[in-house]
Amino acid sequence: MWPVWSQTNQTSNRLCSCFLKMACQGLQKGETLATLKKECESLKKKLEEDRGKLNDVELHQVAEKVEVVGALSIKTRRVLKGHTNKVLCMDWCKDKRRLVSSSQDGKVIVWDGFTLNKEHGMSMPTTWVMACAYAPSGCAVACGGLDNKCSVIPLSLDSNENCAAKKKTVAMHTNYISGCTFTNSDMQLLSCSGDGTSALWDVESGQLLQSFHGHTSDILSLDLAPSETGNTFVTGGCDKKANVWDMRSGQNIQSFECHESDINCVKYYPSGDAFASASDDATCRFFDLRADREVAVFQKDSIVFGASTVDFSLSGRLLFAGYNDYTINVWDVLKGTRISMMFGHENRVSRVRLSPDGTALCSASWDNTLRVSRSFPHE
Amino acid sequence: MTSNSNLSNMRRLVEQLKLEASVERIKVTERLVSQAAAELQQYCLQNAAKDALLVGVPTGSNPFREPRSCAVV
Repeated sequence: MWPVWSQTNQTSNRLCSCFLKMACQGLQKGETLATLKKECESLKKKLEEDRGKLNDVELHQVAEKVEVVGALSIKTRRVLKGHTNKVLCMDWCKDKRRLVSSSQDGKVIVWDGFTLNKEHGMSMPTTWVMACAYAPSGCAVACGGLDNKCSVIPLSLDSNENCAAKKKTVAMHTNYISGCTFTNSDMQLLSCSGDGTSALWDVESGQLLQSFHGHTSDILSLDLAPSETGNTFVTGGCDKKANVWDMRSGQNIQSFECHESDINCVKYYPSGDAFASASDDATCRFFDLRADREVAVFQKDSIVFGASTVDFSLSGRLLFAGYNDYTINVWDVLKGTRISMMFGHENRVSRVRLSPDGTALCSASWDNTLRVSRSFPHE
Repeated sequence: MTSNSNLSNMRRLVEQLKLEASVERIKVTERLVSQAAAELQQYCLQNAAKDALLVGVPTGSNPFREPRSCAVV
């Protein structure tokens, strides 16, 4: 960014002295020369002014006049018990009702969030199933972890049938799977790994469609851009970098290195123009993709434990962040301030996810449970 | 004449500078944080009414509510 500016400045300097030299080569059209010289100088000045505009403005300064968020009325409505060890990941089904969760206990459970009924329970050949995702159709789930593989399991309508038997290995990495998501269909799967790479796979054939290299350490999280904004995704990892990738070309199109420790989670803003990150440095940060820079830091002196997970509310105004001190902090994205805290979990919060219609928040924890929270009615 | 061609050269150079200035200005606008921030803010405000966790829900529309007790007639 800056080299472009100084180059233009140098160019305009050289051009101006060029003008003057050529002018002195016996030219009588003094007026025209003076006009050109003046124009040259005013253009230079304009370029300098524009350069001056590239100063850092924080998001909360722009949002000063926005009304403060009123008191939130969010309450835990369901507690999902069933896992026998830390719940590491969860995902919502598009039907806004079902959820899939995966745990250190090696199990993947599909729940009905309303009735608390466990619709499917599958045992994986490994403990620490660190990633799970629901297919867009609702007919399958993907999961992976210490087995270095990401598998897709079709969900049978017959509850007696053993789903795990139909498990199909799709992604293969050389280290643990830390995150996975289907793309816009059941046919493609994106995975990220402790091996520092992420990859796009064809589910049917298991073929590797594209691999993404650039991180210099474990990748801990990925998120796919909302479908309207095209084929990109963001990853964050132990190299403290958040990278944005073009799914088709495999190129790293943008990179942000602002955190002071591992990035545990990355999540796109609902419009797709920005994303947030949660880190072991006890902060969450907000990056705008068009401005190509960090625009907010969500931190407080009293928050000293690492943040492990983030998600936005439907409008993007609220940022829910789960921490290793067992709490969830709710941040005002525009103002950069903390609005409230959600308590209830008895161990680290490993994942928070908004339901597809934005009416509920599910949180998963090392206390072996998941909690579904919603706004309680106002009169 | 040499002087005419010099003049036209200079004019061409000024045009080039103008073009450069306009291109750089577009890039600046795109990268302006204040512009980007204004758009983020606009998205928030436009969608605020639909955000159940932000504004709450009207009574009776919560599918997760506690089941009401039934009276046996």
